Amino acid sequence: MASFKPTKIQVYPKLGEKVTQDTLYWKNYKAPVQIKEFGAITSIDFSPVAPHNFAVTAFTRIHIYGPFSQEPVKTLTRFKDTAYCGRFRSDGQLLVAGCEDSVVRLFDVSGKAALRMFRGHTKAVHVTDFTSDRYQILTGSDDYTCRLWDIPNATELNSYREHTDYVRCGVTSKLNRDLFITGSYDHTLKLFDARADKSVMTMDHGQPVESLLLYPSEGLLVSAGGRHVKVWDLLKGGQPLVSMKNHHKTVTCLCLSSNGQRLLSASLDRHVKVYNTTNYKVVHNFDYAASILSLALAPNDESIVAGMTNSILSIKHRKSPEESAEVSGQQRRTPSYRVFVKGKNYAPKQDDYLVSKPVKQHLAKYDKQLRTFNVSNSLDTALTWTRLRKPEITVAVIKELDRRGTLKNALAGRDEQWLARLLNFLIGNLVDPRFAAVLAPAAEMILDVYRRVVGQSPLVDRQLLRLQELLEREIDYQQDLLEVLGMLDTLFASSLPRLEVPHPGTSRCFYWASCNYTF
Amino acid sequence: MVEHGDIRVVHRGGSKINSREPVVTNDSRFLLCASGERVKVFSTSTEECVHDLRGHTDLVTGVLLRPTNHLQVYSCSVDGTVRLWDFTDGILIKTYDIGYPVYAIYASANHEGVFFIVTPTQSDNRSELFQLVAVHLPQSGDQLVEAQELSAVLSNVSSNPAATGFGRGGEYIASAKGLHLEVYFFKKQKSYRFSLKEDNKKGGKNTLMCIACHPKDDCIATGHEDGKIRLWRNFNHKKEYTYTTLHWHHNAVSSLRFTPEGTNLLSGGLESVLVQWRYNQESERDFLPRLGSAITHIAVSPDGTLFCTSHSDNKITIIQSCVKVSAVIQGLVNGESVRTDLMVDPRSKSLVLNGKPGHLQFYSLQRDKLLYNLDIVQQEYIHELGLQQFEVVKVAFDAPGNWMATVEERKPKAAEPEINLKLWAFDEQTQSFVLNTTVSAPHEAQITSMCFSQAADGQTSMLVSASEDGHFKAWQLPRSACTEGPSWSCDFVGDYRGLAPQCCCFSADGSLLAVSFQEVVTVWSPASWELLTTLSQPPKAIRDLCFGRLGCSKYLMGTTASNLLCCWNLLTCSLEWSTSMDVSLLLSDPLTENMAAFCCQAESTDLFVFKPSEPRPVASLKAVCSGKVTRAVFAPREEMLESCEESSQWLNRSQLYFLTQHMDLMTFTTKAEEDRLAASSKQLFIDDSVAMTPFYLLLGKHRKQENQDSLTRLSAELMPLPRGSLAIKELLQSPAHVLPSTSVLCSMFVESLLVSVADGSEESKHAEEEMESEKEEEDSEGEMESRTPRPEPASPGLQSAESAAPALTKAQLKELRRVKKLDHGWLADLLLS
Repeated sequence: MASFKPTKIQVYPKLGEKVTQDTLYWKNYKAPVQIKEFGAITSIDFSPVAPHNFAVTAFTRIHIYGPFSQEPVKTLTRFKDTAYCGRFRSDGQLLVAGCEDSVVRLFDVSGKAALRMFRGHTKAVHVTDFTSDRYQILTGSDDYTCRLWDIPNATELNSYREHTDYVRCGVTSKLNRDLFITGSYDHTLKLFDARADKSVMTMDHGQPVESLLLYPSEGLLVSAGGRHVKVWDLLKGGQPLVSMKNHHKTVTCLCLSSNGQRLLSASLDRHVKVYNTTNYKVVHNFDYAASILSLALAPNDESIVAGMTNSILSIKHRKSPEESAEVSGQQRRTPSYRVFVKGKNYAPKQDDYLVSKPVKQHLAKYDKQLRTFNVSNSLDTALTWTRLRKPEITVAVIKELDRRGTLKNALAGRDEQWLARLLNFLIGNLVDPRFAAVLAPAAEMILDVYRRVVGQSPLVDRQLLRLQELLEREIDYQQDLLEVLGMLDTLFASSLPRLEVPHPGTSRCFYWASCNYTF
Repeated sequence: MVEHGDIRVVHRGGSKINSREPVVTNDSRFLLCASGERVKVFSTSTEECVHDLRGHTDLVTGVLLRPTNHLQVYSCSVDGTVRLWDFTDGILIKTYDIGYPVYAIYASANHEGVFFIVTPTQSDNRSELFQLVAVHLPQSGDQLVEAQELSAVLSNVSSNPAATGFGRGGEYIASAKGLHLEVYFFKKQKSYRFSLKEDNKKGGKNTLMCIACHPKDDCIATGHEDGKIRLWRNFNHKKEYTYTTLHWHHNAVSSLRFTPEGTNLLSGGLESVLVQWRYNQESERDFLPRLGSAITHIAVSPDGTLFCTSHSDNKITIIQSCVKVSAVIQGLVNGESVRTDLMVDPRSKSLVLNGKPGHLQFYSLQRDKLLYNLDIVQQEYIHELGLQQFEVVKVAFDAPGNWMATVEERKPKAAEPEINLKLWAFDEQTQSFVLNTTVSAPHEAQITSMCFSQAADGQTSMLVSASEDGHFKAWQLPRSACTEGPSWSCDFVGDYRGLAPQCCCFSADGSLLAVSFQEVVTVWSPASWELLTTLSQPPKAIRDLCFGRLGCSKYLMGTTASNLLCCWNLLTCSLEWSTSMDVSLLLSDPLTENMAAFCCQAESTDLFVFKPSEPRPVASLKAVCSGKVTRAVFAPREEMLESCEESSQWLNRSQLYFLTQHMDLMTFTTKAEEDRLAASSKQLFIDDSVAMTPFYLLLGKHRKQENQDSLTRLSAELMPLPRGSLAIKELLQSPAHVLPSTSVLCSMFVESLLVSVADGSEESKHAEEEMESEKEEEDSEGEMESRTPRPEPASPGLQSAESAAPALTKAQLKELRRVKKLDHGWLADLLLS
């Protein structure tokens, strides 16, 4: 005597995301901490020394946050106007920032007042950075110039006037004290050598350049501007290597993961994309609530910090190993479950005599009703699953009833309310390709059964009209798709005469056409 | 059976055991059932077949316990004889020659010396009319008796044995046919006929299917085609009879039976539910649902403790008082058709074919026993007529047996067929196949052929399926490490000029794939999916494709619908040879270069075995069986045969099994192998009264040898009592509950069996003392026997040995003691057994 075999719920493959090592890695972050700043957050920079505080530049202030604090540990407010580009020096002691009022200020991280003020630019300074010898500062300004300053004397060392538009991004080499690269709204990237008086290399990005990034080896340069992210090989004289166009709005910020294997780009389209740096394919994607202006990764990818236009700072911390293990292991159990399993998981000791008793087969409610051939009731039960957003269970029960040849019996003899509910379900799921094969015959059957009473209930009639409309639209889609497929076939056939072209899924549309005649 | 010199065609794989109602013996220990030309005796507790009563020369149609002697059984057969057997020993006692084919047999304790049989009215077998005849048994001591004294009782009865039955105390006999119930009273010598209308108002059919008479009451229960059960009473009056109707079954009632006390009525039918009705309180019912498949017969043991139901899937279920299934005797499931080809599981070397609906059966060819059923469809089977359900239509195994692919299909009326492709991985831990991937709708139309790549390295597995939708698809297991285990996915879709592929075949090394599209054979390279070449031999479509193996792997064999057998050489891409014959099936032996072709010629099938390299057949057998052979398989042998004759050499490494039109599984054997099998089956023959346990083997050995002593008096096989019989004595004589745990006893026991080193020097004297040792042997066995706690009468031979024992002289005893120490051949015997 075999036991009842429960209805098989078809497991459909999850569309879209595949689980890879990358998704596991980048999903392993806690829910974000969100902090409201005073204005749009234009820059975030992590201190290179432990405990890796980070400076957040927003409106007229720079807030310095500790790695886990939600309140700023330090606030620098001595700005007359909007501050830009707060950057730490490589020892973490000094911080430089530009300002809308064209003055560049240098702060001691522990103090409040500016140590030095560098005056000389005539317009807002958007780019500031320390050179690798720690005694000079690079600045870039909206007056089309970029300048080098000496820190001890607060004097200007050199000024480069090669750009023909705003200089909005720049980066200094970490290996060579004399090299730095700037990007401008004149679509060019220029590599300067402080020992020479003019640029040594110029690259054309094609769009206003918003952000620059040097690889740790400094052989490759990444630039972002417009919707493009481009990679340049500096050792081959600035030859373009890759051009990526994965965002649909301007890319604002670039950032490299700590092991250098992944590149992150943030954009105004509210997405952050993660690229593999070997093949430059997108391996992961983050969504944010608003357009992102700045992005930074803590050392070892401990946290991802993003600043947005709506002045919200979002900090995501990495889950600790035990935390992530807990989540993957088992969900939090409710007390009733614990009572339910009480004593059940007791493992017998070596000398214990085990009295086995028959294991009671647990069946879902619709299965119990199917077992006793209560077909109508099981369909009722299955329809309640739609409320839990599990249409596959309802579809599986309908399929099972169809297999038993009793679907018609189960559908017949229902009232207006019930029929409306069923039609509602059909409208929601009929065009889903996963369910169409099951639901289309069921829909036909409903029409057969209730043909005589059509027109008696306005509620049902309205839904039938909606269903018809839906199907007509679907047929149009299918026809268009078939046309496209035909075109593609012609193209493929003409270009590759010997290659075999698969033609999957052509018969479905005919099926649709045939099932429509009843409506 | 057809004989061809040395090679013979023999029946394999148990015939039907569900054709007739099984019989349970009075002590409920044995179950007898008709099985083809034999009667099989099964033990109800161990499910083993203990005896095979052979003697009939045609289908056995009935088995009946002799009412006057419960240790004897009658069996009747279409060959026109009724035989009386002693089923405990398996001996034929008497044969009654009736002269007409017998279709059923009945007897009652009140009619001594008479039994009733159903025979055709005319002597020729084709007539549809049957009559019930009483046969008076002549008193004769002869083995073969001609029973001529026949007297007709009822004319025009049904040939179905369930449609006739004896009433209370054998006073009347009731028989049902069509819409009529006829009751014949022996005292009045008069029969009454009751008729029903053909159809009642609701369209139910009233045809009577089966009948059962109450053992204590005047009541006849009849089962009808529409699922109703009628209880007839007061039928000794022509007019005033009454009946009550019970209705639970939704399909025809196929069997009805009253329990011996008459308190319950059992009924069964297509629903595969055993229903137990309380007699006189018919609203109370008990059910035993999901017995597997339709119930064809119900039997009740004479003491009422056991129920047996035989099922349409060649199974007998033994049920203990309607609550618990205690044993299942399962034969090879022979459905109406085998949709899957015959396959051999490379791991268990068992035959794989369709079993129960939605299942695959794994049938051990060596042991002739069903190993297990694997549920492929994994859906509740609805027992209803005319319902289209999923059926397994294709199976394929990969070469090492790690993967199995199955295709199941369901064709609903007026809708597209539903097809599922399932891939099963072999799980080492559970030693069975576990579902890995399900592909729903792998193709848009029926799958015509499916095969695994036979790459020797076993690194990459590839499956190719060809379908009528014009495509063939290659499925592959991606090697990338996913988190949730690898699953199969489609790798390539190929087609050729929009034609429908018929068969596909991989070459032996997996480097070539041949797919036939009507009359064209396309050869592809699975590595690059390039079309390498096309071969064709018009005018008709290709029917079968097969690559040569081993030394002949450069040849591709094909058969066409225009009766051609072609052999292409793949190196030259040209036809090597072809011959005209109507090949219905072509298959290659995976272990040798041989290929077998079954050719249909004039209503019978011939077999040709050949090597692709030469068109001359290695062996040919004419008229193997009647009808077409469409399913066959080469099964590798467990041990190689050493036959030197050229004509039977092809059977050395593997055995060829095939299914005839009537779904009989046949095979080819040589004469020598037959003899060897027969000899070994005699050795395996065990005493039926005791369950086969290791402990039994230890003790039962002695008695078996007594039987064989006269035949095989070889000193090596003789068995002296172990020197350390003390341990055994302790084991046997002390009650089980005071014994220490087995682990403690075991080492002591094993130690007692060891022979000490010091005894080695006396070995030389062994030969001279052989005769005495034998005597001693018998003596000690006698002792051994008397010590066993089983209350069993000792056989005469045993007693004589015991009485002879004191007669030995002292000198002899001394010699014997020495001998006792030497012989340890028995230990090897013990281990082997």
